Amino acid sequence: MKIIKVLLIKEFKQIFRNKSLLPMIFVMPIIQLLVMPLAADYTIKNINIAVVDHDRSAQAKMLLDKITASGYFRLVDYGNNYKQAYTLIESDKADLIIEIPHNFEKDLLREGQQQLLIAVNAINGMKATIGASYVSAIIAAYNQNLLAQINTIGAKPSFINVISNNWYNIFMRYQIFMVPGILVIFVTMVGAYMCSLNIVKEKEIGTIEQINVTPIKKYHYILGKLIPFWIIGVVIFSIGFFGVAYWVYGIVPLGNVLLLYGYLAVYLVALLGFGLLISTYADTQQQAMSVAFFFMMIFILMSGLFTPIEAMPAWAKAIAHFNPVTYFIEVMRMIVLKGSGFYNIRTHFLVIIGFAFLFNFWAIWNYKKTSG
Amino acid sequence: MPDVSLENISKTYNKGKTIALRDISFSIEKGELFGLIGPDGAGKTSLFRILTTLLLPDAGKATVNGYDVVQQYREIRKRVGYMPGKFSLYQDLSVEENLNFFATVFNTTVKENYNLIQDIYVQIAPFKNRPAGKLSGGMKQKLALCCALIHRPEVLFLDEPTTGVDTVSRKDFWQMLQKLKAEGITILVSTPYMDEASLCERIALIQNGSIMSIDTPQQIIQMYPDPLFAIRAENMSTLLADLRQLQLLKSVYSFGDYHHITFVQNQENSPQELVQQLAQAQHLQLEIKPITPGIEDCFIYLMTQQNESQRNGN
Repeated sequence: MKIIKVLLIKEFKQIFRNKSLLPMIFVMPIIQLLVMPLAADYTIKNINIAVVDHDRSAQAKMLLDKITASGYFRLVDYGNNYKQAYTLIESDKADLIIEIPHNFEKDLLREGQQQLLIAVNAINGMKATIGASYVSAIIAAYNQNLLAQINTIGAKPSFINVISNNWYNIFMRYQIFMVPGILVIFVTMVGAYMCSLNIVKEKEIGTIEQINVTPIKKYHYILGKLIPFWIIGVVIFSIGFFGVAYWVYGIVPLGNVLLLYGYLAVYLVALLGFGLLISTYADTQQQAMSVAFFFMMIFILMSGLFTPIEAMPAWAKAIAHFNPVTYFIEVMRMIVLKGSGFYNIRTHFLVIIGFAFLFNFWAIWNYKKTSG
Repeated sequence: MPDVSLENISKTYNKGKTIALRDISFSIEKGELFGLIGPDGAGKTSLFRILTTLLLPDAGKATVNGYDVVQQYREIRKRVGYMPGKFSLYQDLSVEENLNFFATVFNTTVKENYNLIQDIYVQIAPFKNRPAGKLSGGMKQKLALCCALIHRPEVLFLDEPTTGVDTVSRKDFWQMLQKLKAEGITILVSTPYMDEASLCERIALIQNGSIMSIDTPQQIIQMYPDPLFAIRAENMSTLLADLRQLQLLKSVYSFGDYHHITFVQNQENSPQELVQQLAQAQHLQLEIKPITPGIEDCFIYLMTQQNESQRNGN
């Protein structure tokens, strides 16, 4: 106990003397949580459209009014030349072309049907698909309206009206969805980066040699490294959770906060084990940094934070299921947004305990193997 | 019973491709100041790392203070002090914090063993609140020695403690070692400087992972087989080139101010004959005198012997 205590005192002294690490630990999460969710927003506004109107009729005008009135679109060009509109797409000034054919109104009223062309600039895939679906939705609404007008003389038209309801996030506020996920990323970074870099630094400078010839046992040393970063992880999480998520975004967790901290505690043990594992393989801080960066990228991109796992191909799903970050993001969203209890996340608990054992035992096994 | 003993210790790196130590055997008595002398890459640090339980030998048996370096490494770690060649204390902790840290780790206090380090510590005490990383080279070395001594070790391992330290500090350092020896601490010290060898009680000359000779410095000098001469002239580099052409010389090595030479067949008038020959070759201000060999002469002699026997062996 005495040895662990003296190791912890030493570690905290070093951390608090490190002039670049300290701001990174406390200021970085706050700034990133303030900036990232506001910038990374999936609701796309300001889609630039170019309209090629060969008809210039009242009906065409009405359709266009509906589209521009939606607020998502910005009319950048109105003309009757498709080629000219296409050059706008090529020069990236327009994202979408709507072409209204000759005799749009006449054929519509006479034959009851008409075709429209929508051409989408798919360079920015997200903007294109969302833009196209907005336009389709508006046209569908316009269609129904029209149908009702035409059939006013006859029987009332019957169509199915689908009303959707966004459970757990009624107004589809993107921040509510993102902030808990981004918090998970910070906690993961503490484990993967700071812990492994710290240990590798001792290897690089040679202080670990000096420690190894003392009676300090391996488990003393490992605990002396894991405990400080475990505490830092909890502190960062709390700053982000209560400081930013609650005060700035007004996210009040529906579920039990203690349950969330319980999961965080186990999750940190797993991720610190991962950091330890990296440090047993790396000899220099540069190596550790590169390896940690590689895994962080995979962990973040394949965690369901930005893109839903359900939409991934089977092989990617398999990777996502072997990604500890995936489970914590799910747990965060379930507890914070949905108010899930322990019963709902019991498999998540089991999985993360499994990861904790896997990483830590692997790390200790490899640590023993390399240092004789 | 010897305090440190090695029996047929071997170590290779890169899966046997690089041989660091071949079949090393020697022993150090309790309270002895033992020097390990050899150039960089001779295997000194590997040997230290095996004895301080940081590295496992491929073959052989070694004990420190009566404990086996492989089986009983825990006991050894409580009883030895190690000062690695590279400064490896916490650079962001102060002098005092480093010392207290290592004292606590060894389950002791600075106060308890202060008398042992007092002489050294008073020199760095004025800087006790300064981070260790901001100390000068000599100060760092003194702090490292304090930290290695703080638990009053039975055996002290010093890996090249004077490398990169100025001459005055080097002298100070060797005086400190003599004092520690008087305290009964067994000291194993390595150095690439041959002039420091004579300050040890016994030395081992190590080269290419093999021990060439183990004895007191005086004995090693005495076993030098040939009379040795020092020679100088106005132009030392042409002199060296000319000497190397001569058949009557056995060895020619440059030693700063003088070239050290031995003759194939040493007769009383050999030096005079040589001087005459050289004078004919336009060398001016020739001076030749017989000298007693130093450790470096012995080292070079043993090294050529080793190379020849290896060449013959192949």
